[in-house]
Amino acid sequence: MKNLVLSTAILALSAGLATAQTVRMGTEGAYPPYNFINDAGEVDGFERELGDELCKRAELDCQWVTNDWDSIIPNLVSGNYDTIIAGMSITEDRAQVIDFTQGYTQPDPSGYLVMSADADVKGGVVAAQTGTIQAAFIAESGATLVEFATPDETVSALRSGEADAVLADDAYLQPIADENDDLMMLEQQEMIGGGVGMGLRQSDDELRAKFDAAIDSMKADGSLNALIAKWEIGPGF
Amino acid sequence: MSCYLTTPKHMNFYTAFGTVLLLLAITAPASLLFGFGGAMLARHRIAPLSWIGKGYIAIVRGVPDIAFFLFFVIALDQGIEWVKHKVVCSDWDQPIRQGNDFVVCAQAKVPLATSAEWIHESYAFGTAVLTFAIVFGAFAANVLFGAMRAVPRPQIETAEAYGMSHRQAFWRVMVPQMWVYALPGLSNLWMVLIKATPLLFLLGIEDIVYWAREMGGSKTARFTDYPHGDWRMWYFLALLVFYLAFTRVSEIVLDRLMVRLSRGQATAAGEAQRRADA
Repeated sequence: MKNLVLSTAILALSAGLATAQTVRMGTEGAYPPYNFINDAGEVDGFERELGDELCKRAELDCQWVTNDWDSIIPNLVSGNYDTIIAGMSITEDRAQVIDFTQGYTQPDPSGYLVMSADADVKGGVVAAQTGTIQAAFIAESGATLVEFATPDETVSALRSGEADAVLADDAYLQPIADENDDLMMLEQQEMIGGGVGMGLRQSDDELRAKFDAAIDSMKADGSLNALIAKWEIGPGF
Repeated sequence: MSCYLTTPKHMNFYTAFGTVLLLLAITAPASLLFGFGGAMLARHRIAPLSWIGKGYIAIVRGVPDIAFFLFFVIALDQGIEWVKHKVVCSDWDQPIRQGNDFVVCAQAKVPLATSAEWIHESYAFGTAVLTFAIVFGAFAANVLFGAMRAVPRPQIETAEAYGMSHRQAFWRVMVPQMWVYALPGLSNLWMVLIKATPLLFLLGIEDIVYWAREMGGSKTARFTDYPHGDWRMWYFLALLVFYLAFTRVSEIVLDRLMVRLSRGQATAAGEAQRRADA
């Protein structure tokens, strides 16, 4: 009897909590300006601000979780968190496993970070992060691909001479090129992104609709463009 | 510089050393328990029980640690949620496996999505401890199994001749004497366990390796007050010193323990001690 009362109480309590739905936001925390860990040890960046605003508009209670890029999709699918908000471009391949919201950035061109302007990006060695659209692009392009688990390691590989160039989102590479005299961006860019969206489980249509609506409202009142400009993510909408 | 080393982010790094030590402090006795249970099962007189013990030792020792870690943690987590789902959401009519997704009702999530972040982290840590204990328990079981057989047979026969039951002979004669045979194997295992703690990183727990990589990576001035180049080498050097110092201290302690356990034992070391005292 006691157990019955207790479990009813727990059920009632959890039903009460369910009205303010808690959503766990999964991100990588290693890809500035999209997402990174700041000096205070917290998730920060464009997607942190964007995600918090989206949650406010969708009246969701959001918690931030970091996860390695490698396993970010499997851990979403098995339910460790509810969304991926990690600078993930919307692609056909990924859409077979997870669903995406509409894009919250314009397709951002990918750029080459190099040490000298005559680097060979067609036939040389190009570094990219594992499981990114850039890695898939190089694998097809004829250049030799070297993959790394984190974006930072691709830049180290360039510096150590292991790679001739790094291919990544322009927004990630530009600040690095600006601050380091020995590194520069090539003029040549590749249009391979389809815009960045939030990833959700395919069974979570309701949550996806809420985020889509929130993104719509941020596009409509210009607050999304303001964020994009603030973090220098690329062209606005 | 001192400001740099005391950022809240660095505090996370220092706390992570505590996480590793805590993992060792819980895992070591837990593995010993698993090992002792496994060894007792393996030498049980009832054949099926002995098969379970021997199967546990053979299977877990045979599977690569990384494969076991990746598989077992996911399987355990989903298993727990599946059972809880069956209990608390029996009226749920949708399938649990929907395509790629593993979907249980919100009340069956372990831990609940509404739980605080520290509960999620403790849960992840708990599954890691359990996995470590199972893996290293299998190795410990093998060591203890051998140690039990190494205790000279006449000791047990003498005990039985004095009228002790099988159980009494085991607990009063064999167990106190087996440690001296088990210790070299167990100390080896302890060293391997210390070195295996970076596997935590593989399980998504923010341990010292995670923070060393994160903070050692080059930082641009736009996103931090302390921009720097690639400092991973220095952070990993710090880890190297930590692990070396820790294993050295362990060696000294284990050597002392060996001396203590050899006292009065019918082994070469015990005999040497007796002669030195005489």
